[in-house]
Amino acid sequence: MSKDLSYLEAIREALAEEMRRDPKVFILGEDVGAYGGAFGVTQGLHEEFGDMRVVDTPISESAIVGISIGASLRGYRPVAEMQFADFISCAFDQIVNQAATLRYRYGGRASVPIVIRAPSGGNVSGGLYHSQNPEAWFVHRPGLKVVAPSTAYDAKGLLKAAIRDDNPVVYFEHKFLYRRAKGPVPEGDDIVPIGVAATRREGGDVTLLTYGAMVTPSLEAADRLAKEGVEVEVIDLRTLMPFDKAAIFASLEKTSRVLIVHEDVKTLGIGAELSAVIMEERFDRLDAPVMRLTYPDTHPPFSHILEQANLPNPDTITGALRRVASY
Amino acid sequence: MPSIKRTKFKLSPEQLLEMFYWLKLIRAFDERLSILVKQGKVRSGVYTGIGQEAIIVGTGFGLRKDDYICPLHRDLGSFLMKGVEPGVMMSQMFAKTTGLSKGRDSALHSGVSDLGIFGNTSMLGANLPVAAGLALTYKMEHTDNVVVAYFGEGASNVGDFHEALNFAGVQRLPIIFVCENNQYAYSVPIEKSMAIDDVADRAESYGFDGVAINGNDVLAVYQSTQGALARARSGEGPTLIECKTYRWHGHSEHDKAFYRTNEELAMWKSRDPIPTFTTYLKGLHVLSDQQEQDIVERVAKVIDEAVEFAMSAPDPKPEDAVTDLYA
Repeated sequence: MSKDLSYLEAIREALAEEMRRDPKVFILGEDVGAYGGAFGVTQGLHEEFGDMRVVDTPISESAIVGISIGASLRGYRPVAEMQFADFISCAFDQIVNQAATLRYRYGGRASVPIVIRAPSGGNVSGGLYHSQNPEAWFVHRPGLKVVAPSTAYDAKGLLKAAIRDDNPVVYFEHKFLYRRAKGPVPEGDDIVPIGVAATRREGGDVTLLTYGAMVTPSLEAADRLAKEGVEVEVIDLRTLMPFDKAAIFASLEKTSRVLIVHEDVKTLGIGAELSAVIMEERFDRLDAPVMRLTYPDTHPPFSHILEQANLPNPDTITGALRRVASY
Repeated sequence: MPSIKRTKFKLSPEQLLEMFYWLKLIRAFDERLSILVKQGKVRSGVYTGIGQEAIIVGTGFGLRKDDYICPLHRDLGSFLMKGVEPGVMMSQMFAKTTGLSKGRDSALHSGVSDLGIFGNTSMLGANLPVAAGLALTYKMEHTDNVVVAYFGEGASNVGDFHEALNFAGVQRLPIIFVCENNQYAYSVPIEKSMAIDDVADRAESYGFDGVAINGNDVLAVYQSTQGALARARSGEGPTLIECKTYRWHGHSEHDKAFYRTNEELAMWKSRDPIPTFTTYLKGLHVLSDQQEQDIVERVAKVIDEAVEFAMSAPDPKPEDAVTDLYA
């Protein structure tokens, strides 16, 4: 059985189901209580689960994560909400120094099963502090897992996997997709495993690696290339750390060409790492340099004109695909 | 604000002797570490708490196994009081596999969940939000267990301090915040790091009591702690206990501490918590010269065995640099 849900509703359903299943799961964050969250993700949960399982916090991102770590050490599975992914920098120390290192420095004798939900991404005229894509910061830190769903189905299944995972997981949910991405979502337990990519479109000529809100425009661009006789395989990474190397290499075996598309800035974004790994381990399979189409190395501006000028879109992705295909 | 309830406490002669043993053991542990650094046998930064032992013993004495402690970097003795074997703690300093971290890090950077010990990072004050998270779980479970969280006066200037104490006040968490005010944050004296005399005054802004006490008087520390514990166990929320003290050594063993005068150091050494307590116990006829000698010998044996255990323990294998990152 499945029903059509929005990406946002799918996140809410995962939270509710996991909280019903496991009394150790609880939510904390700013405005997550009776108000239901800045975007409405936690609406209705406070009513069902009460003050001690849907905990409204002061504006204290660092404490939100620190409290989550403390609770996790006593067997709880907290789901911390950062109101915007941009605010996650206020909790950076607790995530990268406290949570990421804890198992290692405890000699493997403890784990930190927390989820940090971070609404990320632009194209919503959010400006510099409501549009960021800080996923690469966390991919760069051993001990963390990082996921970024693009569909309602994955939003639910990946959040369930993240909550059940024994490691700290940073869960990037894209704000642009909240009400725009809709689709069938299975009722009940349908886990999307962490570390497994999804092939959204098959093709034998170019591999396009992407995630989050860039999946839909990438598919549109791939359809355009098909009219030109170029078949593009679109892989939705879904998990950024650990990313699905096997799926990437399997696609590369067919295509020998790779384009990476992401909304994060270019320098040391995920694309840099994917490109390096491909060249280190599959150089002899490549017929073209691995190319990237990303946001340029600048901040996400408020002006719609300025932002649109730089976000990858079906036109710019089409252009990049042509360059990779014809190299 | 109501003052702390002065609960009646009675300690048996056996308990007083046990306190005396812990003071001597913790002093001896740190003194031996200091020598081992000078001998080049311990290579990590060593941050002794010599002169501050009365705080660890006075707050830690009589805690339950399922109470949680969140020590600061000078509190290696609190690990011992909570149940970590001296040989294991010494191994931690020698980076041996028998240490809590198995060589991944030293000192307090590891914890033992089963013993209710949290191990902090080097980010001072970062243990406080974690402590709040641990205390939140006790509140959720309606138990009467308590978290005791330690920090220096220097760490009370960190944002995490504010976030943690504010949350603890809002939630009326069962937690005691113990400030070890040793007058210096590395080299910076208290008058250059805060515009007030007492860290205890900060508690008022979080809605709970703060008291400033003589941190070199183990019984004064014990009495204040017992009052705060009773309040916390009965649901009356947090207390801040500021213990005025002084560290005899530099910030770490390599620090010559030229920023303070010999006169100041001599004055504080005249307030050494151990002789004061020794005289008190002898005046009560609880401690005889023979018993004192026996305890000194017992302590020396424990430390010798701990060092021997650590030095003969196996080193980590190189490949273990990349294990225990993920659960």
